[in-house]
Amino acid sequence: MAAIEAATPRFRRALRRMRLALRTLGSRRSEKRGLPLLATHLMGALGGLLATGHAHAVELAEDRADLMLHSFDGGGVNAWGPALLVRKNLLNKVSLFGTYYADIVSNASIDVVTTASPYHETRNEYGVGVDYAVRDSLITLAGLYSTEPDYIATAFNIDVSQDTFGGMTTVSLGYTYGSDDVGKVGEGFFSNAKHWRYRLGVTQILSPRWYANMNFEVVSDDGYLGSPYRMALVFGAAVPERLPPTRTSRTVQFRVVGEVAPALAVRGEYRYFWDTWNITAHTFGVGAATRFGEKWLVDAYARGYRQDGALFYSDNATSETLYVTRNRQLSNYTSWVLGTKATYALMRVPGRYEIFLNGAVEYWKTDYSDFTDLRTGSLYSYNATVLQLFVSAIF
Amino acid sequence: MKSFPHNLWAMLRSASLGLFTAAALGACAMPEPWVKPYERERLADPVMKVQRDPLSAKHFEHVHEVREASRGGTGVQGGGCGCN
Repeated sequence: MAAIEAATPRFRRALRRMRLALRTLGSRRSEKRGLPLLATHLMGALGGLLATGHAHAVELAEDRADLMLHSFDGGGVNAWGPALLVRKNLLNKVSLFGTYYADIVSNASIDVVTTASPYHETRNEYGVGVDYAVRDSLITLAGLYSTEPDYIATAFNIDVSQDTFGGMTTVSLGYTYGSDDVGKVGEGFFSNAKHWRYRLGVTQILSPRWYANMNFEVVSDDGYLGSPYRMALVFGAAVPERLPPTRTSRTVQFRVVGEVAPALAVRGEYRYFWDTWNITAHTFGVGAATRFGEKWLVDAYARGYRQDGALFYSDNATSETLYVTRNRQLSNYTSWVLGTKATYALMRVPGRYEIFLNGAVEYWKTDYSDFTDLRTGSLYSYNATVLQLFVSAIF
Repeated sequence: MKSFPHNLWAMLRSASLGLFTAAALGACAMPEPWVKPYERERLADPVMKVQRDPLSAKHFEHVHEVREASRGGTGVQGGGCGCN
């Protein structure tokens, strides 16, 4: 992926030089002394375009700043808040980045209204990191700290991506270690959980208009993995849920992206998930992206998700077992998502900066196969809307 | 003259072995990159990039991951929400 991503800023810079050369051609047509300068600009531009290919080295991501307002509204939950990303390149060798993300949650979900009381809370997440580019490799070190009244998470990750095979193949490896403190409002922090994530990704250019991508990730957890608030039903009686203290999952995803007409790209993807709690899940996705005129770029996509629940999930258990949960996140269900995203180029100052306005919306429909709404006695389902509005400055 | 067919057979066998070795080595040789760098302009177009905006991708990853049992494998860096 780095090869494809690195090509973007390099091409943009080369094209800027080409535009500058053409402008110079217009303004200096009548000046004899303009010719050497023009020749210099044109040679620079051509050199830039050729260098896009031959001088193969990974480029750092562009400097940028993003400010976003996001919201999720559905199933009795409203979560919204601001998010911020700033990225700055230093000495063309390293790129520093920082993120801030807030979730302001009002929760009156089906679990909460049937077994507890609605609540409000805020989660703040802070992230810092650095990308280091050396020859065909990009090394990323990052840390993340997230805090809520009853949950504190700390994570550290390292990712390395390497371009190979003439830049046609990018191989990436990643590792994350996370440590969480788990608490309960009114009782304080009483337990912890640790997480290990191992990632492998391969992106392969197939043709001048198509590429494919494969990602594989293993996640292992150890510790308190449930919720101290959540209740299960056993013979109709509410009991605290009991979850195994360990879990290991594997996920593999395949994606193909191609340009089928000028400035019209399509994509298809499939993801398979399985874990030691006997959960399996299939995710299918299709999408398209196109440009309208000089200023608009629009995406549209659909996503289907089917999950088979955990071995110890039960809507209302009819036998005593060591582990039991009624967490609908671990149940059997199907979910459909329709989404769209639009980007508008608000301002472009060639060679200096670009400002984009972005809006994205997802509409969800989720139907549970074995989770009963205790208020009505029928199977539970909900609709949700996810919204993002953000401004991006690339400089 | 008696040894001629024998020598011919040995020569054919040597030639066959040589051809087989050459073919085997040829088959094992690494293929050349078939999409040249100057042919990758279309791949660099923003419409070809699935996750153009990291902040947006991270938020969508987060809202899915906290509501589904499945996690990871999407290639979103820093994915995983670190929350309950």
